[in-house]
Amino acid sequence: MKNIEFSEETLKTIREIINRYPEGKHKSALIPILHIAQSEFEGWLSPEAMSYVAEILNIEPVEVFEVASFYSMFNLKPVGKCVIEVCHTSSCWLMGAEDVINHIGKRLGIKPGQTTSDGLFTLKTVECLGSCGTAPMLMVGADFYENLTLEKVDTLIDACKSSGKSSSYLVDKMLG
Amino acid sequence: MGKKLLLQNIDVPGINTYEVYRKTGGYKSVEKVLEQKNPDAIVEEVKKSGLRGRGGAGFPTGMKWSFLAKPEGVARYLVCNADESEPGTFKDRYLMEKIPHLLIEGMITSSYALGANTSFIYIRGEYFYVLRILEKAIKEAYENGWLGKNIKGSGYNLDLYVQVGAGAYICGEETALLESLEGKRGNPRIKPPFPAVAGLYGCPTVVNNVETIAAVVPIVNDGGDAYAAVGVERSTGTKLISASGHINKPGVYEIEMGVPVEEFIYSDEYCGGIKNGKKLKAVVAGGSSVPILPADLILKTAAGNPRLMTYESLADGGFATGTMLGSGGFIVMDETTSIVKNLWNFSRFYHHESCGQCSPCREGTGWMEKILHKILHGHGTIKDIDLLWDIQSKIEGKTICPLGDAAAWPVASAIRHFRKEFEEYVNNPESIQDVKHYFNVHNVAEA
Repeated sequence: MKNIEFSEETLKTIREIINRYPEGKHKSALIPILHIAQSEFEGWLSPEAMSYVAEILNIEPVEVFEVASFYSMFNLKPVGKCVIEVCHTSSCWLMGAEDVINHIGKRLGIKPGQTTSDGLFTLKTVECLGSCGTAPMLMVGADFYENLTLEKVDTLIDACKSSGKSSSYLVDKMLG
Repeated sequence: MGKKLLLQNIDVPGINTYEVYRKTGGYKSVEKVLEQKNPDAIVEEVKKSGLRGRGGAGFPTGMKWSFLAKPEGVARYLVCNADESEPGTFKDRYLMEKIPHLLIEGMITSSYALGANTSFIYIRGEYFYVLRILEKAIKEAYENGWLGKNIKGSGYNLDLYVQVGAGAYICGEETALLESLEGKRGNPRIKPPFPAVAGLYGCPTVVNNVETIAAVVPIVNDGGDAYAAVGVERSTGTKLISASGHINKPGVYEIEMGVPVEEFIYSDEYCGGIKNGKKLKAVVAGGSSVPILPADLILKTAAGNPRLMTYESLADGGFATGTMLGSGGFIVMDETTSIVKNLWNFSRFYHHESCGQCSPCREGTGWMEKILHKILHGHGTIKDIDLLWDIQSKIEGKTICPLGDAAAWPVASAIRHFRKEFEEYVNNPESIQDVKHYFNVHNVAEA
């Protein structure tokens, strides 16, 4: 387990975010900070990470938990290094999302919501990501992969395996 | 080609950068309003334009603006709803990605009209790469003096921030969005008070969709009358349509309000017809929440008139034979589509996205999903179809926010127009070929 503490540079970014809001309304920074925490602390929000964020914002840990548990992008359990999120709503569904999910599931030997035993991949199904005109699609980190074919999916999985691509994308991008 | 008011420069190379955007006449609307120094006149122009909320509800924007309370010494906020989560809708993502400065220009002009000194763009967390595009564009706008203190020497101050969400359809509802922006769960608020009186941090707030705010730019530049001259009747101006599903040319199209639906589906200028030469079966015309219509009713109204892409024409016939323009998420289904299966997919979505605050929605969406799953897998009865109808009727209109309605309408319309197909699943389950159970994989690590 990584040490639950932000770097000085990250804390500076967090202070900048908090300063956007009027005095006393700093709780508005909670969701942006949770994104940073998830990204820095191995892709998920442990109880320790949530308590740490609560301390920074001077709010109760349960206030952090009630928010973190509401939003589907926050993982409250450990995830693999590479989280594959496949859209399975409406147009993606019409255009073959089910085949994509089945294919990845068979290829990796997992069901949606599960992580491979080597800790490399987590498969998630997600609701409409606004990529309906380029369906079916999936997301890894901040990257959209659109107009999917099963061959494209295989290429992507192979690339993730060889490069060790990580889906923890938010911090490096947030810090520019 | 129809008239374009938002995307006319979308193919200009580098239009996503400040320099090119400015060269094509960008930020002129800001110059104009800062020079005229008459915020109320902008509100009047928006009223004259007939612009209606492009997020889905279609409420007149000028009227929404005029409701904004202006107590002395209290901050006012403009919040842009970029949470775009309605299945089948991807127009705001397209606009923000391709021409981010149009939204920023609209935010500045609109904030000035409303007297806001801090404004937010609330974007869904999954559009993270778009957030980076917006932040870069905002930085350019600050560097060029369009944001910050004393903008272009006018004495007007404005700070603009992008706030990121984290995956919740409900946050597209304006009061849920405000809760989320305050760092809470996205539970919609009971109205009244409306945001125009008590919105963000309890202050008067206007929440507008991305496309709505972008449309303020041509309205200010050319006047409300010029905007109202485009379109048909009370559907003025242009609309961005997100076209997807079984069509040859999926994508975002800016249409003049009033294009016939038939032309939109079959013309090469738009969708280019049904994929693989198949026949049209049904269309969900305004995002997953609006009633589904079979081919004959989407092309022509019950009275036999051509159906047009307008608020009024799509709604012609009420819910008995009509639908809604909604967000403009135009989902096309060919003859091979199973309406039952597609409906189960929608119902699963609404069950997943119900915030859980109101019992009819929290419980009802779950039951609808379960019953549809049962029918879909060949275990349904005729009574189940009636039960589905009964449940949806007990959700509609009985919840704090419109998510309940949005979950009920697809169910009601699918049964209304395609009841035979549900009966086929009940009576002849063995003839249904595509019944699949998810996975049969062993030796897996539990997450």
